[in-house]
Amino acid sequence: MSASAERSSSLFYSRRHLLGIEGLTAPEIDGLIDLSDSYVEQNRRADKKDTLLHGRTVINLFFETSTRTRTSFELAAKRLGADVVNMSVAASAIKKGETLLDTAATLNAMRPDVIVVRHPDSGAVNLLSQKMDCAVINGGDGSHEHPTQALLDALTIRRRRGSLAGLLVAICGDIRHSRVARSNIHLLTTMGARVRVIAPPTLLAPGIDRMGVEVFTDMRKGLKDCDIVMMLRLQSERMQGSYVPSIREYFHFFGLDYEKLANAKPDALIMHPGPMNRGVEIDSEVADDIDRSLIREQVEMGVAVRMACLDVLTRSLRPNAGPLK
Amino acid sequence: MTGEPRSARQSRPRAFINVRLLDPATKLDQRGGILMIDGAIADLGPEIGRSGLPEGTEIIDGGGHCLAPGLIDMRVQLREPGEEHKETIASAAAAAAAGGVTSMVALPNTQPVIDDVAGVEFIARRARETRLSKVYCYGAVTKGLAGKDLAEIGLLRENGALAFTDGLTAVRDARVMSRALSYGRCFGLLIIQHPEDPSLAEGGAMNAGELATRLGLPGIPRQAEVMMIERDLHLVEMTGGRYHVAHVSTAPALEAIRKAKQRGMSVTCETAPPYFALNENEVGDYRTFAKLSPPLRAEEDRRAVVAAVADGTIDCIASDHAPHDQESKRVPFAQASPGVIGVETMLPVTLEIHHRGDIGLLDLLARMTVRPAEILGLPQGRLAKGAPADLVLFDLNRAWKIDAATLKSKSKNSAFDGRPVEGRVLRTVVDGRIVFQADSQIKE
Repeated sequence: MSASAERSSSLFYSRRHLLGIEGLTAPEIDGLIDLSDSYVEQNRRADKKDTLLHGRTVINLFFETSTRTRTSFELAAKRLGADVVNMSVAASAIKKGETLLDTAATLNAMRPDVIVVRHPDSGAVNLLSQKMDCAVINGGDGSHEHPTQALLDALTIRRRRGSLAGLLVAICGDIRHSRVARSNIHLLTTMGARVRVIAPPTLLAPGIDRMGVEVFTDMRKGLKDCDIVMMLRLQSERMQGSYVPSIREYFHFFGLDYEKLANAKPDALIMHPGPMNRGVEIDSEVADDIDRSLIREQVEMGVAVRMACLDVLTRSLRPNAGPLK
Repeated sequence: MTGEPRSARQSRPRAFINVRLLDPATKLDQRGGILMIDGAIADLGPEIGRSGLPEGTEIIDGGGHCLAPGLIDMRVQLREPGEEHKETIASAAAAAAAGGVTSMVALPNTQPVIDDVAGVEFIARRARETRLSKVYCYGAVTKGLAGKDLAEIGLLRENGALAFTDGLTAVRDARVMSRALSYGRCFGLLIIQHPEDPSLAEGGAMNAGELATRLGLPGIPRQAEVMMIERDLHLVEMTGGRYHVAHVSTAPALEAIRKAKQRGMSVTCETAPPYFALNENEVGDYRTFAKLSPPLRAEEDRRAVVAAVADGTIDCIASDHAPHDQESKRVPFAQASPGVIGVETMLPVTLEIHHRGDIGLLDLLARMTVRPAEILGLPQGRLAKGAPADLVLFDLNRAWKIDAATLKSKSKNSAFDGRPVEGRVLRTVVDGRIVFQADSQIKE
C-alpha cells in the first residue's frame, strides 16, 4: 500500500501491521492514543470482557523472555474476547533448528488473525511480517523498536499533561541498546515534544544527535527544566566494566535520585518501562513517590494500548465495524 | 598540600631577591624578586627587594641565579604501597625536593593497583604527610590493569586521580580503549597510553636492530610505538576523548603526533630524559641500567626526540622515575626489570639540550612546569600572583658530576651515574616552605 493511499484513507490507521513508530504520522499516533484512552475505562470495570474479537485467534510469539509485555498482550486479547495462544522460544521449533521464516510459514498455515512477536534480533519482526497473511504487532525487536511501549508512555503522559506538544522529555540511561528509547524518540519528536537523551558516552549511540534529540552526558545539566524524566533499564551484564565501570559509579553519576531530580521542573514526572533495577538507574524512594512516579500507571495503560492496537489491526476483518475516526 | 590547619600555614613572609625570574607561562625572563605569603606567591617583579617588603619578611639573596616554578614531574613510580624496599613516597619526595621537583604524579601500578577510591585516598593521605613534594596519582584505566573492564574512573576522578593510565601496560584492546576514551569524555578525563603494541613488542629486551642482533637479544621494533599511537588516534577521532602519549621515543611516532596536532586533534605527549640524552649504545655490554621501556632507541630517534622537544611536538618532559633494587637489575639482561630512576637528575640532564643550543630556556622549562600543569589541570607551575609558591632556584651553569650513590632515592638505578652535567638546584620551595637547600654558597 502506498503512502499516499494511506493518507487518503478515511481510517486513521490503515496499515496492516504495527511494526514500529518510525514513519507513523501524527494523526495516526493521535488516533491510536485516543482509541487507547477509550479502553482505560473498560479495564477498570468489574466485568472487563467484551466480544469485539470473538472467534479471532491471537498468537503471542516470544523469542525473548518477558513477563509484563506478554501478560499485557494476553490480557488485552482476552478482554476483547479473542482466543490466545502463547508460544515461547523454549518450547518452539526454533530450538530444533527451524528458521524464523519456516516458523512464520507454519504459524501462518494455522490462520491466526493477529500475531504479536518479540525477538532479540533487530529487524526480525519485520522479516517475519513479510511471510504472514495476518496482522503483526512488534512486541519489541532487538535494539530497534518497541512501538506499544512508546504508545503507552504517550498515553500516560497525555492523561497527566493534556498534550505531548511542547513538553521537554529526558530519556536517561542505556540509549545505545534500548528499543524503548528509539520508539519514544520517534513518537515524541513526531508529536512536537522536545527530547533530550542523557547517558555516559559509552551508552549513547553514534549519530543519535541526528535523530532530532539533544544529547547530554551530565544528568544535572540534561534534566534542567524537564517535564518528564524517562529512566531506562541498565542490563546487569553492561554494568561491570564493559560499558560503565560499576553499579556504584553508574548510580552515583546517572542514577535518578532526588538530588539530581531537583534540576528538573518541580512537578516533573518520572517514568520507567520496567523492570526496574532499584539502586542502579533509579533510587527506590523516587521510584515509589506517588506524587511523581508514573511507573505503575504505565503498566495499566499498557493493556489499554494493546487492546486499541488489536482493535485497529482487526478492523478489516469486521466489515460492519465502520471507519474509525 | 591541603589539610594543614590554617595556623600552620601562616608563617613568616619570605622573599627571594636578586634572582633571574623565569616564568614560561608569561615568557617572563627578568631580574627581580618574589614575595611569598601564606604559601602563595604574593608579588613578583623587578621592584621586589628594593623596597616595601612586609615587616619581618625573611629575605633570601638568590645570588642572581634562576628562579622558576617548581618542576612538575608527570610520570613517576613511587612503589608505595607494596614495594617499599625499592622506594617510598617519603624517599621519592626527598629525591624530588633535591631535584627541584615540587609536584609528582605517580603511576597506579602499585600493589595493590590504584583502581579504587581507597587507593586514591591512601596516596592522598601519604601525600599530606610528605611535605617535601606534592604527590598526586593517576588511576588505572582498567580494573587490576588487566585491560578488560573499566575501573571506576569517574569516582576516582572525583576523589583526586588526575588522569588515567594502565601504567607500563598499553591498553591493548581497541574496544576497551575506545570505551575508556568515550566514557572519560563525560568527565573530561585524560587517558594516558603506554605506546607499544604488545603483540609486536612481546619478549623484546631492547631496541630491534644491529646492536640487538650482535648481542643476541630479542628486539622491540620502533614500529610497535607508532602502530599503537596511530590506532589510538583513530579512536580519539571516533570518541572525542582526551589522549596523552607517555614517554615517546621514536621518530615515526613523533611524526604521527605532529600531524595529528596539525589537524587539531586532542593529543599531547611527553618524553623522558633518557630518550633525548642516551641511545641504544648505552646497553653496550648488557648494562641493565640501560634497559628501559620503551627501550633506548637508535641515534636517529634520539635526535628526532630532541627536535620534537624543541618544536613543541613534545609537550612535556617527565622523569619516568622507576626505582628498582639490585635483585631486579643484577640479572641477565633479558630478565632485568626495565626502568631507571630520574626525578632528582631531570633538571640538569634536561638542561643539556639548552646548553647545546637546541632550545631556549623558557621553552624548555615550560615542558616541566606550565605544560604539565595545563594538561593535568593543576594551579601550580606558574609564577603568578596567587599561585602556589612552588619554586626552584638553580644555578644554570654550575658544573658537577652525577653520583648515583649520593642520590636520595632508595634505589640507585640511575642511567646517568658519572655523567658530567651543568645546572644545579640550590633551593626548592613548596607552598612557601624551603624543602631543599644545597650546601651552597648563596647568602642568607
